[in-house]
Amino acid sequence: MAIPRQQMPQRDGIERSKDFKEVNLGLAEQVAIREAQRCLQCKNPKCVEGCPVGINIPGFAKLITEGDFLGAAELIRKDNDLPAVTGRVCPQEIQCEALCVRCKSGAPVAIGWLERFVADYQMKNQKTEDGKQKTEVRKIGKKVACIGSGPAGITCAGQLAKLGYDVTVFEAFHKAGGVLVYGIPEFRMPKKIVSAEIRNLKALGVNIETNVIVGRTVTIPQLMNDEKFDAVFIAVGAGLPEFMNIPGENFKGVYSANEYLTRANLMEAYNPESDTPIIRGKRVCVIGGGNTAMDAVRVSKRLGAAESIIVYRRSRKEMPARVEEVHHAEEETIRFEMLTAPLEVLGDKDGWVAGLKCIRMQLGEPDQSGRRRPVPIPGSEFVIDCDLVIVAIGIGANPLLTKTTPGLKLNKWGYIEADENLMTSIPGVFAGGDIVRGAATVILAMGDGKKAAQNIHKYLSH
Amino acid sequence: MNKETLGPNVTRYEIKAPRVAKSRLCGQFAIVRGLEHSERIPLTIADVNKQAGTITLIVQTVGKSTLEMSKLNKGDSFCDVAGPLGQPSHIAKYGTVAVIGGGLGTAVVYPQAVALREAGNRIVSIIGARTKELVILEELLGSVSDQLIVITDDGSSGKKGLVTDALRELTQSDNKVDAVYCAGPVIMMKAVAELTRPMNIPTIVSLNPVMVDGTGMCGGCRVTIDGKRKFACVDGPEFDGHKVDFNELMDRLKTYKGHENKKYEEHRCKIDLGAVSDKSKK
Repeated sequence: MAIPRQQMPQRDGIERSKDFKEVNLGLAEQVAIREAQRCLQCKNPKCVEGCPVGINIPGFAKLITEGDFLGAAELIRKDNDLPAVTGRVCPQEIQCEALCVRCKSGAPVAIGWLERFVADYQMKNQKTEDGKQKTEVRKIGKKVACIGSGPAGITCAGQLAKLGYDVTVFEAFHKAGGVLVYGIPEFRMPKKIVSAEIRNLKALGVNIETNVIVGRTVTIPQLMNDEKFDAVFIAVGAGLPEFMNIPGENFKGVYSANEYLTRANLMEAYNPESDTPIIRGKRVCVIGGGNTAMDAVRVSKRLGAAESIIVYRRSRKEMPARVEEVHHAEEETIRFEMLTAPLEVLGDKDGWVAGLKCIRMQLGEPDQSGRRRPVPIPGSEFVIDCDLVIVAIGIGANPLLTKTTPGLKLNKWGYIEADENLMTSIPGVFAGGDIVRGAATVILAMGDGKKAAQNIHKYLSH
Repeated sequence: MNKETLGPNVTRYEIKAPRVAKSRLCGQFAIVRGLEHSERIPLTIADVNKQAGTITLIVQTVGKSTLEMSKLNKGDSFCDVAGPLGQPSHIAKYGTVAVIGGGLGTAVVYPQAVALREAGNRIVSIIGARTKELVILEELLGSVSDQLIVITDDGSSGKKGLVTDALRELTQSDNKVDAVYCAGPVIMMKAVAELTRPMNIPTIVSLNPVMVDGTGMCGGCRVTIDGKRKFACVDGPEFDGHKVDFNELMDRLKTYKGHENKKYEEHRCKIDLGAVSDKSKK
């Protein structure tokens, strides 16, 4: 009899929406084995083609069926340095799992959950001996700087360290991890997982310097000329919040999602021990339909909002957020106002947010992105009462580093131009992740980190 | 670190931060976290010693994070220091420049006075404060000024009045004022800008909005300059005072007032209770 796709155990929606503990609980060993047995071990595995870093998926599924969880984790780590991260935040449903042959006759193998299972198993059961790998690697005697400690930066750093390079990661914040620590909330991406990965990186001999803002504290020319770095990988992310440019956006109680999530995640404003304040709205409107909007709205619920509302100008189908995140948000009683566009933030006499004036939309002809363009329905204006508005409509290219790097070629939106090897217009300077692609995913950034490492190695080898 | 008390609730810290010291230009700031649970606080870098690799920060105790900072001792370290951030001051040769510091703003304008003087300007410094004890850096600022005016609300030090009174008097005297650099409470910067606007005196103000990252990532420090949105952390902190929407800035600065007072009081209560229980043990 065919085994059905196993279920991911998760905490009750109402209960979990009151704290920051993780939503998904992870598969039990026997459940993971059953799920892995569903893999048909295709000769030509399509799933691997769907993976931006080409993980040997049938291979690790087979090892799980044999009960060799550590072996499975090691196999994944050959292609993916952060399996505990990607097992949680990758959009598998549009990548590996979308191409699984089992889709034709039912549900795909739960590749993401299996990846998460073995990564967590490894973290729990394998004592990493500091310096173990350090001694094995022969030093090449060349220095590489990775700018940014998010998914792209740490992947590149790890790969290069394994090849024997002296790698320094520069991080602008006081804590390493990039978007994994300031952006993605604890209930989706526990910080102890990120810090474990950072420890792994240090065990490989990677030097991490926090509080260094490249472009201000030190420039790329200084790194290369004065500090003698042989190559640089720029992986600073996008990092410039977009606002709506509607009236009332400067009332007290309007946040960019970046600010709101940074306060909540990096600065742990939800923790009474933290001194960083955050406005705890009673009725919260989050504008946008991506994963960041979902994160922000779910954080607001956990910070005590009576009602948290997503305001999105298109329909459910066009939402860029992962299906699982939208589903989780619904379970946590998030309200969705679809086909709704904000016109104005309303304020009270003291300058605090008092409401969001909106207009209903309908879908017209497809635009350049292929999605049907929302057009306002005349006369449909209405007001949502709220005391907090969070703008999560996207991010642009932060110019802080790019402006201070002479000769670095940018595209018309300010993102860095890189060739097929991820090298920029400056020899020896490579770039990847969101500062090249525009806002994308953790796994694509990691793919860039890996590719950049290979090309930096090639560049420095002749 | 080295520390020195400059006045009631005002402390001067000299901190080892070689990378910051090396790159810092006049007008830039650093973001400091005193302890692991502290807020990130933006502070103007008042001075640097490139040889020693140190920076000087002048901090007023206004809330819990700054109170805890002030409890650190010589030889201790801040948890984090990141910088330098922001655009450097625009320094040019104007002729006579009035450099105005209100309260702690004196620490912000001091490095400007140094740089402006080096650029060949005649410096008239005005220090304003509520009362005598709150006048800081009088001697230091005086040493780089051709003329120093101290003015206090209650007349306990220098003249009695507001910095705008001193500036008005200055502009009415034979001394032509060619530019004004000003830092301090928003209401003071606004008053100065209103005074100089009809006289067409270029007026540079240094803004102090709420900030988190200091790199243009969060947008919390957005200010309206000439009707346009700017981020004080990357576009500023110095702006043309005649173009700043001061009322909006004043209002946005109130965002966390309730929180700050609460944290500060809670913290002081704990300290007081601690003191009581210590005594009761004896």
